[in-house]
Amino acid sequence: MSTPGGTAKKTNRIGLEVMQYRGGKTTLCAGCGHNAITERLVETFWEMGVQPWDVAKVSGIGCSSKTPAYFLGLSHGFNGVHGRAPAIATGALLANHNLIGVVVTGDGDTVSIGLGQFMHMLRRNVPLIYIIENNGVYGLTKGQFSATADVGSKLKTGVVNDMPPIDVCLAGVELGATFVARSFSGDKRQLQAILKAALSHKGLSVIDVISPCTTFNDHEGSTKSYGYMRDHEEALHDIDFVPAYDDISVEYEEGTTREVEMHDGSRLLLRKLARDYDPTVRFAAIELLNRPQKPGEVLTGILYIDNDAPTLIDRLQLGDAPLGTLPVDKVRPSREALERVMEELR
Amino acid sequence: MSTYAARPGPGASGEATSHDHPARTSRIVNDFSIQVATVNGSGSQTANNVLMRSIFQMGVPVSGKNMFPSNIAGLPTWFTIRANEKGYIGRKKEVDFLVAMNPETAREDVVNLEPGAAVLFDAPLKLEELRSDLHWYAVPFDKLVAPVCPEAKLRKLVRNMIYPGILAHLLGIDFEQMRKALFKQFGPRKAKAAQLNWGAVLAGKEFAERNLPKTDPLCIEQRDRNQGKIIVDGNSAAALGCVFAGATVLTWYPITPSSSLAEAMIGYLNRLRIDPETGKATYAVVQAEDELAAVGMAIGAGWAGARAMTCTSGPGISLMSEFVGLAYYVEVPVVIIDIQRVGPSTGLPTRTAQGDILKNAVLSHGDTCHPVLFPSSPEECFEFAGLAFDLAEQFQTPVFVNSDLDLGMNNWMSDPFPYPDGPMRRGKVLSAADLDRLGGFARYKDVDGDGVGYRTLPGTKHPSAAWFARGSGHNERAQYSERQDDYVHNVDRLARKFQTMRSYVPKPELRTTPGASIGIINCGSSRYACEESSDQLLTERGLPVDVLRLRAYPFGPEIEAFVDSHERVYVVEQNRDGQLQLLMRMEFTPERIAKLRGVRHYSGLPIDARSVTDAIVKQEGL
Repeated sequence: MSTPGGTAKKTNRIGLEVMQYRGGKTTLCAGCGHNAITERLVETFWEMGVQPWDVAKVSGIGCSSKTPAYFLGLSHGFNGVHGRAPAIATGALLANHNLIGVVVTGDGDTVSIGLGQFMHMLRRNVPLIYIIENNGVYGLTKGQFSATADVGSKLKTGVVNDMPPIDVCLAGVELGATFVARSFSGDKRQLQAILKAALSHKGLSVIDVISPCTTFNDHEGSTKSYGYMRDHEEALHDIDFVPAYDDISVEYEEGTTREVEMHDGSRLLLRKLARDYDPTVRFAAIELLNRPQKPGEVLTGILYIDNDAPTLIDRLQLGDAPLGTLPVDKVRPSREALERVMEELR
Repeated sequence: MSTYAARPGPGASGEATSHDHPARTSRIVNDFSIQVATVNGSGSQTANNVLMRSIFQMGVPVSGKNMFPSNIAGLPTWFTIRANEKGYIGRKKEVDFLVAMNPETAREDVVNLEPGAAVLFDAPLKLEELRSDLHWYAVPFDKLVAPVCPEAKLRKLVRNMIYPGILAHLLGIDFEQMRKALFKQFGPRKAKAAQLNWGAVLAGKEFAERNLPKTDPLCIEQRDRNQGKIIVDGNSAAALGCVFAGATVLTWYPITPSSSLAEAMIGYLNRLRIDPETGKATYAVVQAEDELAAVGMAIGAGWAGARAMTCTSGPGISLMSEFVGLAYYVEVPVVIIDIQRVGPSTGLPTRTAQGDILKNAVLSHGDTCHPVLFPSSPEECFEFAGLAFDLAEQFQTPVFVNSDLDLGMNNWMSDPFPYPDGPMRRGKVLSAADLDRLGGFARYKDVDGDGVGYRTLPGTKHPSAAWFARGSGHNERAQYSERQDDYVHNVDRLARKFQTMRSYVPKPELRTTPGASIGIINCGSSRYACEESSDQLLTERGLPVDVLRLRAYPFGPEIEAFVDSHERVYVVEQNRDGQLQLLMRMEFTPERIAKLRGVRHYSGLPIDARSVTDAIVKQEGL
């Protein structure tokens, strides 16, 4: 493992230390699942040797949306308005499609107030990594149910949820995301492998991470608590990710492993565990997500990958240089062009 | 009878009552209005444009106003063409020549006419029985159309091209100019349709020559007042302004009356903004899922360095409110073009108003203030679109351009647009080289004393480039802060920044009349009615009036000087509550406030000079 700590001078392939991938000190509760996700993001971006200044972080409002301040302090970030991170991130990528977009939101942000924007971002296949830190509860307003709370899930106050949850992964597969995964904030290895694969994916990656709220939703009766997830998480497969720049040949058992080649030449290795599952088949993903699981079972892993679908940026036929900084001679038509238009209007 | 609430004609709600019309005895040359009443979706728009363009080509100043329903086909629509040799191109309230093609409204349209007006009508309607004080021209349209249009299903459309032929004969419009106008309107690709329609014009002409002796006094004579001028709608002009301003990102959501701006812009972008070397687009357009997303994307793009914009109308503005406050507080450039229509709520979606003046100036919760530009002509739509991007980037803030339906969707005569020679003013943006030199920066520090900080763009390849944009409280270094001194320091700087803008936005335009102690203040498309009214007040009542046309908010010092130098000042605007006047009251002294009077026009139809004159005459006690 390349977990930071130990030698302070350890650097990645572009010569940066892991400290340079950290951000401000977290103000979230001790033990919050979101903090663990922040750690995985720090490690992943460091290990993958991403230039921090190539990244644009965007979030909405809520506990989860505070987290972009806690990782990649050398990257620009935008903590916007509730539920509208997709719009800001989409716009940023229109202005500069060379940016690596990372959106961190929560279940309230994405599935309630921002559901419309979320769905249209899926439809457009906006090329960015979209992480939903999903705890089933509104933490920052002190513990109301969100739209991902399971039926029968109980609040600390004793209120029981009787409304069915919205499955963001199912929405992701059905509406156009081209990389859909679910993980658990406490599953260090799996989450990091998923994040690395998402970084190598060209289109929209939606990653639903069950992330327990230690303050309002980590008690008996909650279906998004640490205890519940430990007992009910069922990994679809064991994931390994081999970056393109990594020459190590990973050994795996033929016949039980599926290899997916990513856009940048890196490879995603899925070691099959419980079932024979091919994440490149859309109907299979939809069927899997609809199939009744064992009571309380939470499937994790990479549910769907489509490496061929065009992204929003592909469809816009843009050149290599970002639109935002094109010089005047590229964006102002000639005097003759204006004169021709005027002549037509005479 | 029509139950349609807002309809043209004297006595419509919200308009002053008509005055006595002079008797029409001698010939009236190049000074009258034609109103064509038809059914929406019947192809009359083409006929009306041909008629308007023919008069334009004869060198006579002309304007066209389409009063259409919120409907695709079937409801009544009116198109008013005003020819005026003196160059008055605002709406004229009185109709001098009615073309009554719509059975549903014909009777009411006729009843509302002034004595002496002329009516061209579909013969089976038998309108001549209604009044004896009008000039009547009955035309059997169905009989005329059959021989020129063998294909029965096209007759409904071609039928409407007969009245331009009749009018040309009656009014003395040059047929060669009409032929040119018609073929220009259809374009080379629709030459066959043009030929068919030209047949209808000629059928009308021949019928009129044989059967309609002229009894009315109205006529058009050749002049030379339109040399070099173009005909264009304000939305196309604004779209061109954005294209030539180097706008790179347009994110929008369809809404009347702003959709035609986005659509015109897409057309011009496709044509003018493909890089000839690479064949790649130098722009991105996204039709968003709603106005929240539309402005949100534009703000995201502005943050990342694009000249980003959206266009909308009142309901969209309401939805954008939260995001606009974010852009104000985070200090992100974005241009929002508002083609105002009648509210509140859905209101009258296809009627005009200046109803978003106050709202746009202070849009969003908390203490917010935004610059608002008020174009009054296609030329200013073009110019202000470009200026809005410069201001937005120089001041790192949302900039509103308040056009309206009258300006945006109607065709106007205009001088050709001057090519924007100047540089794109992109404001205080630090590059990686700047950061090397400076060693770092504090995003919201007022280094230059103008309230405007320095920013970097995401993607700037430098370890000191990043700053964190947040709608929550922040200090000079863009760090999260709930400290009261940080908050006060920051919003005071934002107020200072707004003060700086006063000398950067377009200055008002002053039109003086010697001896005036009375003033009119107006903005945007109210201009034409106000200028014509000041001439009416002088010639009809001997009252000299100065007119100050505001071109932007925040106001400059000129407005207070104008109020100080006049005894009374009439603030003329197209809304009920006097929004422009309220904006002045926010910063005027009690002495200046006491001088203000309001003239408000809010029927949904463009303001006209007669209404302004009547209101001022009444308030002056003349």
